[in-house]
Amino acid sequence: MTNVLVCIKRVPDVAGEVLLSEDGQSVDARHVGFTVSPHEECAVELATRVTSASGGTATVLSVGPADSAEQLRNAMAVGCSDAVLVEADTVQFGPADIAEAIADVVRTRAAAGTSYDLVLLGNDAADTGDFQVPVRLAYALDRPVLTGISTVELAGDRVVARGDGPDGTEIFELPLPAVIAVMEGGVSPRYPSIPGRMKAKRAPLETVTPDFEPKGSGRVRLTAPTPRVSTVEILGSGPSAAPAVVDLLLELGVVSK
Amino acid sequence: MIVVLVETDAQGATVVSREALTFARDLAGSSGAAVHAVAIGPLPEPARTGLLAHLADQGVQLVHIPQDDRLAAYAAAAWSTAVIDVVKSTSAGALIASGTPRGNEVLAHVATRLDVAMAANVVQIATVEPLAVTRQVVGGAALEEMRLDDGVAVFSVAGHACEPRPAAEAAVTEVLEYAPTISDRDLVARVARVEAIATDDTGALTNARVVVGAGRGAGGADRFAGLLELTELLGGALGVSRVVTSLGWRPHSEQVGQTGSRIAPDLYVPCGISGAIQHWAGCQSAKTILAINTDAEAPMVTRAHYAVIGDLHEIVPAINAELRARLGR
Ligand SMILES: Cc1cc2nc3c(=O)[nH]c(=O)nc-3n(C[C@H](O)[C@H](O)[C@H](O)COP(=O)(O)OP(=O)(O)OC[C@H]3O[C@@H](n4cnc5c(N)ncnc54)[C@H](O)[C@@H]3O)c2cc1C
Ligand SMILES: Nc1ncnc2c1ncn2[C@@H]1O[C@H](COP(=O)(O)O)[C@@H](O)[C@H]1O
Repeated sequence: MTNVLVCIKRVPDVAGEVLLSEDGQSVDARHVGFTVSPHEECAVELATRVTSASGGTATVLSVGPADSAEQLRNAMAVGCSDAVLVEADTVQFGPADIAEAIADVVRTRAAAGTSYDLVLLGNDAADTGDFQVPVRLAYALDRPVLTGISTVELAGDRVVARGDGPDGTEIFELPLPAVIAVMEGGVSPRYPSIPGRMKAKRAPLETVTPDFEPKGSGRVRLTAPTPRVSTVEILGSGPSAAPAVVDLLLELGVVSK
Repeated sequence: MIVVLVETDAQGATVVSREALTFARDLAGSSGAAVHAVAIGPLPEPARTGLLAHLADQGVQLVHIPQDDRLAAYAAAAWSTAVIDVVKSTSAGALIASGTPRGNEVLAHVATRLDVAMAANVVQIATVEPLAVTRQVVGGAALEEMRLDDGVAVFSVAGHACEPRPAAEAAVTEVLEYAPTISDRDLVARVARVEAIATDDTGALTNARVVVGAGRGAGGADRFAGLLELTELLGGALGVSRVVTSLGWRPHSEQVGQTGSRIAPDLYVPCGISGAIQHWAGCQSAKTILAINTDAEAPMVTRAHYAVIGDLHEIVPAINAELRARLGR
């Protein structure tokens, strides 16, 4: 039996231009929906697979506003059995603070009898992209850590993880407990079924509040990059534009006669 | 003192590492510091000679090279120990790497162990005194100005944030070999073995001079023949949007974007891709973009240098035919 904790972050689901709040401290998300990173969706999928193979439980956790319950319920609809919401205004939380908040939950639950053999996270958050929470968490818990991992499988009291390296697929074998940051590409996240959604509505969600002073993120302000003025030159419409395209390819030197 | 973690390939320092060296030299120029490099891992010839030439070109006075067989297989914690040894022995005020998976991973270990902040994907120095950096967030769709005024400023430089420029005066780079203070604990999470990948060649995508892109507009897994033919005629690689990989039309190794590969080809030809910020995050470094799209208002079209409006399934075959006719293939 292997228990897995998987950590996800509620982020604005922006596809077009990003609007910023007036104080420049956050993304203005009044007119967009919310989501989690594809990396984290893959981490949830792996958590579900590992625990259904081992007979353990997959707990999903988020540090953030009360509305993060939406993302936690979505994860429970695809197989996580329970959730923890560390409710906090995280605008001024840095990656060390997030790691601390997660580590506190791991320690509290261990003291209450539930130990997490594996903590899965996304490789980098979709909004702040700090590339640090998994590593900082691992040191806080004194566990080994891997990042950039595509697949994980249990082999007794060890975990076998694979990820892309500069020379090919890198294979790691770690003793449990361990912390692993997952990257999109190794598994396809499943879609929630209707019974899954029903079950998720009633599944247990524990809310806790952090009891430490955050160190902060060092954020001074967010700014929007200078908007690009469109300078597009339309070469034509439809197949009749093909000669103009080939002229351009020759001019750019990407093909030669 | 500024220390730069330099990653190497068969030719010497990687392009993004040379970018980080140029970035460090610019920072050093405004603060009066010297730049040292640290290079870890096996350095067979000609990589070693190439590395020294690249470092000399970048004006680096000294490169620290740890000597320890246990560094032959990658382990982030062991690399970070080797880096911390250099930060300490040089009393460095800043540690810089490129924003690659390894660069960010090693820096995260170092920053945690030194109990300092770390900034990922920096594009610019905002202020020197006190130090604040500007970095990409939300996949580059927004920028964050972040204070970095702890004892050691630890940050990675976003790929292609600057061009690697040679120093005004080349240096004669000295090599300092040292024994790193690696412990057994540093080796627990270490690469056990590497499997070469034959089919899934991501390096081909990130290094391609020409990338042909395909998005939802491609319309189905069985509708890539024309796009693949164009890719081949241009001697390039195929890159796709996340919709294409999520629908299982093409493998994830071909995905371009925030959660895929970042490309910087001479020419990118996105066909049937709308240009969502997360896709743009991966292709904005392309020198020239030629978009093919039915929608003249799609962000990919308005941000491109050139565009053809219409159905890619009519336009791409016409381009292929024209190319074959004009080039005699
Ligand atoms: C955190 C996060 C990370 C993400 N990471 C990535 C990533 O790494 N890479 C990525 O690509 N996306 C990523 N996405 C998804 C992204 O937001 C978009 O959903 C995706 O890029 C859209 O793909 P698309 O352009 O193929 O599809 P669409 O947005 O549906 O666009 C299809 C385009 O094709 C055009 N079209 C349709 N038919 C034709 C035709 N016959 N001929 C020519 N043109 C046609 C349409 O006009 C339209 O512009 C991410 C999203 C999130 C939230
Ligand atoms: N507020 C949060 N709540 C839960 N998990 C988080 C939070 N922030 C970051 N993480 C996890 O840490 C990963 C890396 O985030 P980051 O280091 O911020 O780029 C994310 O993909 C999440 O899995």
